[in-house]
Amino acid sequence: MAESTGARLRQRITQVDEAVWEIPSSAKPGMRVPARLFATRALLDQMDDAVFEQITNVAMLPGIVGQAICMPDGHWGYGFPIGGLAAMDPDTGVISPGGIGFDINCGMRLVRTNLVFDEIRDRIPELVDALYQRVPAGVGARGLLKLTDDQFRDIAMRGAHWCVEQGYGWPEDLEHTEERGAIAGADPERVSPRALDRGRSQVGTLGSGNHYLEIQVVRPESVYDAGAAEVMGLDRPNQVVIMFHCGSRGFGHQIASDYIQAFLPLMERKFGIKLPDRDLACAPFQSSEGQAYFAAMKCGINMSFANRQMILHCIREVFADQFGRDPHDLGMDMVYDVSHNTAKLEEHDVGGRRRRLLVHRKGATRAFAAGMPDVPGRLREIGQPVIIGGSMESGSYLLCGTASGRQAFFTTAHGSGRTMSRKQARKQFHGRRLEQDLKQRGIYVRTVSYAGLAEEAGAAYKDIDAVVAATQRAGLSTPVARFVPVGNVKG
Amino acid sequence: MPFEFLDEVPTADVGFRAWGVTLEECFESAAAATLAMMLENRADLQPRERRPLHVQAESLDLALLRLLEEIVFYKDAENLFVGIDAVNVGRHGEQWEVTAIAVGEHIDAARHHLLGDVKAVTLHQLGVRQTETGWEATVVLDV
Repeated sequence: MAESTGARLRQRITQVDEAVWEIPSSAKPGMRVPARLFATRALLDQMDDAVFEQITNVAMLPGIVGQAICMPDGHWGYGFPIGGLAAMDPDTGVISPGGIGFDINCGMRLVRTNLVFDEIRDRIPELVDALYQRVPAGVGARGLLKLTDDQFRDIAMRGAHWCVEQGYGWPEDLEHTEERGAIAGADPERVSPRALDRGRSQVGTLGSGNHYLEIQVVRPESVYDAGAAEVMGLDRPNQVVIMFHCGSRGFGHQIASDYIQAFLPLMERKFGIKLPDRDLACAPFQSSEGQAYFAAMKCGINMSFANRQMILHCIREVFADQFGRDPHDLGMDMVYDVSHNTAKLEEHDVGGRRRRLLVHRKGATRAFAAGMPDVPGRLREIGQPVIIGGSMESGSYLLCGTASGRQAFFTTAHGSGRTMSRKQARKQFHGRRLEQDLKQRGIYVRTVSYAGLAEEAGAAYKDIDAVVAATQRAGLSTPVARFVPVGNVKG
Repeated sequence: MPFEFLDEVPTADVGFRAWGVTLEECFESAAAATLAMMLENRADLQPRERRPLHVQAESLDLALLRLLEEIVFYKDAENLFVGIDAVNVGRHGEQWEVTAIAVGEHIDAARHHLLGDVKAVTLHQLGVRQTETGWEATVVLDV
């Protein structure tokens, strides 16, 4: 049983550094490398036993380099724990959809404004109501674009570039998006008709579950690095920002489902790969099947960038309408857009040698350091921005990557991670009561589903401050500012 | 209802146990549980649209997964909430084959009390097994 094995593995954990722990490769037959967990003692103790079971399974993947890594917000997932990271040799290693997640390129986008809290204080309900009307959310929501099959394939190839060319964004938005808003090598021919049919009407939709759109405020006492904050566009006390969290919707989910099921019957028969968990279905990266998934996954990545670009366009329209000012005049520039479910080919130093690696990040965020070439413009002075979202009650963080992140292939956490099941949260919390409670605390929420709202109660999540502190103690990322929510749209 | 939602599942998602005297009833219960994640009252779903379903797989659990995936597909591709009726499960050579009819209507936020959004049927804890009283299935859904 997974839990009892996980509990046994917990006993094998040793401390390597202040916030770094390891399960040795001798802990379980089949492990090729150790499992390494970045966390404080308290967060480690809170982790489900399933996390240890899963991360040691990840350590069995053929071609894994270094360690199978778990972030401080690690929790029970499919195959990989959420908060899981595995770098593979691209010639001998595998690609595993479970190491990317169903929601390909689920990620976070942060937008600044020139507004300060006093300018919106009395109109937050109107603003949130307008966003709720404008940005489709929840089950069954359809995007505003009526796309032909060719147009959607174009979006799968060109991501946010398509949106900007059509007038749904600014060229500088692309500069401030990971991969500049589209990853090369996407091939819609590798995507099933089912996935195309599921995704076509969902571009520009927020989704549901833990996806959200928040209006947040940067209190002056929550700016930890004023210099870095200024470079990122946070330059005034009580500045209003907007943050949202969503991904590739049904499109990415279908791509993941298709390839997990395609890989399953081939693993032992064709590839001679035997793993203890079907959720770790994989194929050699250099196989035609592995390359097909990689090209299809990139379509999911690009659709998600386009999705977040369309939502940003809607947000700018709402603010322009509400304030009677052009979004440029409102200073609604992007701070950054990060992905936390991807696999990418990157160059890293391993054992004194520069190596190209396929880096799986599932519920984990790339966090490149200052000076690294993929960090654009002025941001290169300070490091890649990282956006870590908390619960709707706790607030969120902006951080930047750091040089000591090389120990985890420049990766950090992505969120606060759930501690309570959705079923338990629905039993314990009442959506409408929660809505009222949040209103009294100055957070105005609009939601499609009150059951969904209950599931997203803050108490169902780990302490975001503890997770971020752990990333800092471990040297994975450095906090720049903390945001408090004042308005929230949920699906 | 012949299903119950489970506690011991990945915390980010939901899982259920569904059962029936026959395999077909078990599969119909699993379909009902999947729809119940998204639509509060099944009685609010009018039988305005019908789609024939035909899935197959090497194993019973994958056959169930593919059947439930039809509910997810029609929700996103055609904006339909569907229940599943007239399930028939049979063995044809090396494959399990399932035929059924998806019955439902377009999602209408004014009449349908919307809950969550099922985005994928996962392999996690997926199982179909015979019991003393019939058949039982365990499914975890990505929401």
